[in-house]
Amino acid sequence: MIHTFVGNLGHAFIIVSFVAALVATYAYFQVSRASGLEEASWRKFARGAFLVHGFSVLGIIASLFWIIYNHYFEYHYAWSHSSRSLPAYYMISCFWEGQEGSFLLWIFWHVVLGVFLMRSGKTWEAPVMTVFALVQAFLASMIMGVVIPGLDFKIGSSPFILLRDALPQTPIFATNPNFVPEDGNGLNPLLQNYWMVIHPPTLFLGFAAMLIPFAFCIAGLWKRDFSGWIRPALPWSLFGVLVLGAGIMMGAVWAYETLNFGGYWNWDPVENAVYVPWLVLVGAIHTMVAHKKNGTAIKPAIILTITSFLLILYATFLTRSGILGNASVHSFTDLGLSGQLLVYLLAFLAISVAFIAANWKRIPSTEKEVSTYSREFWIFTGATVICLSAFQVLYTTSIPVYNKIVELFGFVSNIAPPADQIGHYTKIQLWFGIGIVVATVMGQYFWWKKPQNFKVLLNELTGPLLATLLISAAAIAVTRIDNLIYIVLLTASVFAIAANGKIWWSVIRNNYRLSGGALAHMGVALMLLGILYSAGYSKVVSLNNSGLLLSKDEFFTRNNDKENKENTLLWLNEPTRMDEYYVTYRGKRIEARGVPGYIRSGLLQATQLPYRAVAREDIVQDGKAYARKGDTLDISAENTYYEVEYRDPEGRKFTLFPRAQVNEAMGGLLASPDIRHSPGRDLYVHVSSTPDPRAEPTWSKTEEQMAQIGDTLFLNDYVAILDNVSRVSQVPDIELSESDAAVKASIRILGKDREYVANPVFLIKDRMVGRVPETVEDLGLKITFMNVDPQQGTFTFGVNTTQKDYVIIKALEKPLINLLWLGTLVVLAGVGLAMVRRYQDSAKMREKEPEQVTAAA
Amino acid sequence: MKKSHIFLIAIIAVAIGVIMSTAGDASTYVSFQEATELASSGRNAKVHVVGTLKKDPSGKIVGMQYQPQIDPNYFSFVLIDQNNEERTVVYSSPKPQDFESSEQIVVIGSMAQEGFVADKILMKCPSKYQENEIKVSEKQQQAKI
Repeated sequence: MIHTFVGNLGHAFIIVSFVAALVATYAYFQVSRASGLEEASWRKFARGAFLVHGFSVLGIIASLFWIIYNHYFEYHYAWSHSSRSLPAYYMISCFWEGQEGSFLLWIFWHVVLGVFLMRSGKTWEAPVMTVFALVQAFLASMIMGVVIPGLDFKIGSSPFILLRDALPQTPIFATNPNFVPEDGNGLNPLLQNYWMVIHPPTLFLGFAAMLIPFAFCIAGLWKRDFSGWIRPALPWSLFGVLVLGAGIMMGAVWAYETLNFGGYWNWDPVENAVYVPWLVLVGAIHTMVAHKKNGTAIKPAIILTITSFLLILYATFLTRSGILGNASVHSFTDLGLSGQLLVYLLAFLAISVAFIAANWKRIPSTEKEVSTYSREFWIFTGATVICLSAFQVLYTTSIPVYNKIVELFGFVSNIAPPADQIGHYTKIQLWFGIGIVVATVMGQYFWWKKPQNFKVLLNELTGPLLATLLISAAAIAVTRIDNLIYIVLLTASVFAIAANGKIWWSVIRNNYRLSGGALAHMGVALMLLGILYSAGYSKVVSLNNSGLLLSKDEFFTRNNDKENKENTLLWLNEPTRMDEYYVTYRGKRIEARGVPGYIRSGLLQATQLPYRAVAREDIVQDGKAYARKGDTLDISAENTYYEVEYRDPEGRKFTLFPRAQVNEAMGGLLASPDIRHSPGRDLYVHVSSTPDPRAEPTWSKTEEQMAQIGDTLFLNDYVAILDNVSRVSQVPDIELSESDAAVKASIRILGKDREYVANPVFLIKDRMVGRVPETVEDLGLKITFMNVDPQQGTFTFGVNTTQKDYVIIKALEKPLINLLWLGTLVVLAGVGLAMVRRYQDSAKMREKEPEQVTAAA
Repeated sequence: MKKSHIFLIAIIAVAIGVIMSTAGDASTYVSFQEATELASSGRNAKVHVVGTLKKDPSGKIVGMQYQPQIDPNYFSFVLIDQNNEERTVVYSSPKPQDFESSEQIVVIGSMAQEGFVADKILMKCPSKYQENEIKVSEKQQQAKI
């Protein structure tokens, strides 16, 4: 049965939300023009319209959730993003796996923030909400899915489209239009991770928060209050930087723990697309702060605030229009929205340019020369370095766009992104990093100490400079830094920590609420140190020392053989030397629900259902039994873990479980690392290649061996002893009657580290011979009980061998990566403090506001 | 000259520097023919070549070599570029998982004596985000009949 009602209801909510957003835009526009009674009634109407919009958005979300929760696979969205076996707590992640759902999340946050501003906006409410409602109308149009009659032009892509309408070419719908698939495609297993439950909402809240400073800025230009908008916009800008920054770093942590490129930041176009507007907003905040002390920085503050929001729209266009192609892990497929997204971007670009151009001459600016010994000069310098750094990232990220533009004019362009993206960005961004940390020191000293000449400044900085010399000299010597640029970056970062630390200490003793800036700046320097060590001095541990090379070509021997040796092959149960460790691959492991840790895959027997397995033996973890032989367990079938045991020079052992995931959405098999965290360094290991866990092994030709009880057999180079042959009355999965007979051999195989017992079965059922072979996965052996010769007392066994299991791994050491995470927390804490302070500041002003209005009237 | 002018000039200078360095680092999409010409002219810039795997009429991949037991860090295959020219590509890392199922392959590297030496391989897989095949179970098909 097709549940059309809930879909139609959801679709109706979308249309209502779109229309209500347009009405709210118009009504708020009228509020800001009208006055007196007329204004009051327009305001009431406008608020009502925005609330209708907000409730419709909640209605859309509820309808979509109902569809996913009840497994209505007749809907394309439920079918492609969820499945029956998905745990309930991941159902919410289904929302943002698809493009429509992530728009919905974004719209939702705008509603929440909009209601907040409606209540606290006072005189700013009307112009700010006009911008808000207009943005909401554009966003709602992206999920409308309405075809304009006659033009055959579709606006938006609805999440409520039925499968049969989404894929009309599918043959089954021709014969059975009411066909409903039994199960959906499921949520990409990559997203079945706790970070992926919180990272997208945080990121989109950050995205949504970026609208607020923009809306205040446009309101300021519109109302010709060129500096008044800054006070209420500042705490919201800090909120945006805080939340978006946290969201970006959550993505980085997720990538570090889940993807296998060996780091936390890949300079992927999608990462960059979000990072650039964040950086520009950071720059904007600095100009806003500078302006509050001195009126010179209004123009830069306006331009940067508007640019940061336009860059969010540009980022949306880049990631959702399909223009990036297959160059990125995150980018969505083109839903046919690229035209609409471009209109959205260009519309706001035009509005912004028009507002700035119309007011440019009126915006106050001082002609007076700025002194080099002023706080404004240094804050402005810092903001400039930040923006230039953002410009560089943006310029390279946009390379695919240049090709498209050139193609539009009928030419052919073949520019490609840099072959070594990480190298390209790193070598330039290093210098910006140095510039930024130095600027933080200058800015903070001129802010708090106001030195009038060089001597005073030097006097203030003597202590931090001495500390820097000592600490960085020691760090360079101990950690053997030999690269000049790294030495400069290290020294600059240490200097920034010492100098900002001194300021922070003197501020916190007076009023801790003012210490956010110094704290955040220390955090930035800590982050840079963490990046310098963990990325610059990341060491490949898994250098291949086996000396076996396919060829002695010049290709292999140049670069001192370094290039082709980063991966090591580990045979099952054979310890291999890797740097200072002895590393042993111990076999494949599976995770089961309700059982802690990992279970040897040999203990589980597959069933018809891919996510169910039966225990072959009792499952005991850490001395506690979790399942008995024959019990059925729920397993996460898509994940295979590879137990890799390390022994360090002191003989201490630890185990890591890197993972390979069968992930059709990401192109098949996906490797995830496992990381051993320690204060000084992380040991990071991922599987580079394995025999395909989905493939059946290929067995050698059967080789027969005869033995009597107590005899020794040689099975694939292992010594084995036939201990016993006994009659059994039960054989799993086979029913035996009175006249049938079964015997079980007990063969003890001496493996390298432990003994294995194989019990192949020979049986006669209904006068037919049957054989149940036994496989010893660890040894790559299959033993079949071929025959019994009762006269001689000999037994025949068939032996097949397969290639022994192996795994190819890459292991890296990441020194001092914890400084990066620590620095991140410090930055977030600092920005948080600053946000609270600026909010209280702005709230105090707001209390006074109504009086001012009456006074003016 | 005012300080703000000097400031502005410095900004423009850095911006130009950024654009120049990006232009210098930017790679290009080329054919094997062009990659060979580039290499023989002594410029060892890394390039992108887009192509498909060589397959025999039955759809089996031809010329792929990976023997992890001997050397896990040597993988080579034959790629046909968009001008239908084929070359051996050598990649000194393990064979990417599910390499065989990729529709289109982009190799990034440069031409050398032994073939195209790839530093990086990008694969375009047919299934990526495109799940447009509906699985119909046997039971449902029978019910339909």
